[in-house]
Amino acid sequence: MALAKITSVTGRAVNVPGNDIDTDRIIPARFMKCVTFDGLGEFLFFDVRKQLDGTEKPHPLNEPRFKGATILLSGANFGCGSSREHAPQAIAKYGFKAVIAENFAEIFFGNSTTLGMPCVTASREDITKIAAFTEANPQGEVVIDLVKLEVRFGAHAVKIAQRESARDALVNGRWDAIGELIDGLPAVKITAAKLPYLVA
Amino acid sequence: MPKNLFQKVWDAHTVRQLANGQTQLLIGTHLIHEVTSPQAFGMVRDLGLKVAFPHRTFATVDHIVPTDQFIEPYADPLAQAMMDELRKNCAQFGITFFDRATGKQGIVHIVGPEQGITQPGTTIACGDSHTSTHGAFGAIAFGIGTSQVRDVLATQTMALGELKVRRIEVNGKLRPGVYAKDVILHIIRMLGVNGGTGFAYEYAGSTFDGFSMEERMTVCNMSIEGGARVGYVNPDETTFAYLKGRPYAPKSTNWDAAVSHWKSFASDPGAAYADVVKINAADIAPTVTWGINPGQGISISENIPSPETATSADDKAGIIEALAYMKLPAGAPIKGTKINVAFLGSCTNGRLSDFQEVAKYIKGRKVAPGIKAIAVPGSQIVALQCEKLGLDKILAEAGFEWRAAGCSMCLAMNPDKLIGDQLCASSSNRNFKGRQGSTTGRTILMSPVMVAAAAVTGQIADAREVFSVTQN
Repeated sequence: MALAKITSVTGRAVNVPGNDIDTDRIIPARFMKCVTFDGLGEFLFFDVRKQLDGTEKPHPLNEPRFKGATILLSGANFGCGSSREHAPQAIAKYGFKAVIAENFAEIFFGNSTTLGMPCVTASREDITKIAAFTEANPQGEVVIDLVKLEVRFGAHAVKIAQRESARDALVNGRWDAIGELIDGLPAVKITAAKLPYLVA
Repeated sequence: MPKNLFQKVWDAHTVRQLANGQTQLLIGTHLIHEVTSPQAFGMVRDLGLKVAFPHRTFATVDHIVPTDQFIEPYADPLAQAMMDELRKNCAQFGITFFDRATGKQGIVHIVGPEQGITQPGTTIACGDSHTSTHGAFGAIAFGIGTSQVRDVLATQTMALGELKVRRIEVNGKLRPGVYAKDVILHIIRMLGVNGGTGFAYEYAGSTFDGFSMEERMTVCNMSIEGGARVGYVNPDETTFAYLKGRPYAPKSTNWDAAVSHWKSFASDPGAAYADVVKINAADIAPTVTWGINPGQGISISENIPSPETATSADDKAGIIEALAYMKLPAGAPIKGTKINVAFLGSCTNGRLSDFQEVAKYIKGRKVAPGIKAIAVPGSQIVALQCEKLGLDKILAEAGFEWRAAGCSMCLAMNPDKLIGDQLCASSSNRNFKGRQGSTTGRTILMSPVMVAAAAVTGQIADAREVFSVTQN
């Protein structure tokens, strides 16, 4: 299971501002009545993006100039709430390849990394700078560099951070741990044999 | 060196270190439900894998089940498809399924403990963020995404980084009319909805020592609402007494050995913590939320915040956004806010003691005219316990619809939903925008007895006044 080495993400960005954007907002629960993740992209941010009849509300993702953006910018505690992988799946299936936010909720961060979708953090000030750049240049290229830990846009560069275990996994192509976990199965059996509740 | 429970359980379940520095952690107990497992089984099949330890995965159905329809096929074909998928997957891979026909079905976080599957010193994972509930037993329990459900199915392990541990000590006796729900709402308000990111919360102190298992579960359940993926209470005699005799608990011949093993996992005196927070139980009041996240809470006697009193620009923006959604007047008392719906239930407050406490006060009272009130037991067993005690009748006579077990209106994946901008007094755990099934629906979180007080008065009320509460 060779995985891509994700050392950078290059694309256009769109800013969806706000703190504490929760997983119910990212993908409302009623769209989780499914047995595959296919098609979740169209329901991303549904209730803030659309009226019940499907017509659009004012929202950055509805603006034609931001169509095709692959980098999502947001605020603090992005992805808080439920453990639903449907949230990062919807973001990825919509077409995003990375998220830049001030910080991320724990479970969302892990779920995203396992999908090979980097979540990197930057200061409020720097996110505002990137957002201002995309506002002025919606077609402008933004580069997230996971090796140098910086984001480049126009003539600027700002520092980003990422938990080292996630960064290592992404740049070395081991962000989905399943292969490694399977390799460890003989060791798993040894550990399990030492735990009374698993022996009984 | 003295260790805390988290470190001991982590060490005992560590298989090895992975290349990226994370730990391959053995997950002793895996709980699954219909919403986050179908894709995981699909991945297991696509990769040609097997379920490594099928006897260590337990399934139930909770999120999508109707609480007023018992016969399949369900009216919602999507719900039926999820039900069928889970049934098929459990049959194919040899997994125990607490289906409705077993009489043991219920919300996954209620079923695990009541079956005695949830035990001290163990690791537990489930594709649901409220898995932290199981920490009440001194287990380390993680909410996980679907890819990790796949990992646990295929290997009984997952890749994780170690968490820091914050000890939250609550000492003293709660005032009358103040409950475990108020304790956790108070903690989240104090530490913030992301205050716990990167932490496991160890709940301790004399208040927790005196708590029943159900009260401990209520608190641990909402750890994730404070950003903490894991919350736990050290196991003690209360824990062991709860577990004794339950179907999956160790049998009598192994019981003493199990108890001494469990005790060995409790945090050592002098164990190190990344952080310690101390709270005086007497400072906690009946707490209600006013906004759109569980940290936006106030005591029942406080006023709704106003943008002018904000402590920062972020706080101000948060208040403005929340008040606009909630349609609540800035600076006014929260008490007296008219409600439309009262919901009793969920993995936070859908256990026997929750309904007992409500029944004690609501007996002989009536739900206010025009209020839709539903009571949803957390499991079929909870339902039966309540019915044996006649609590269902007391609630029904008061005007609550007595329903069948499930998650119901906590997240409204079944037919129980708010309509339009109805305001719901809810014993559940999340007040996010649209959470209870209507994109403009509004939620105020509170303890079950406070829900009862809101139901009988038709407005947010102080249960201590409504029910003349003088002692717990």
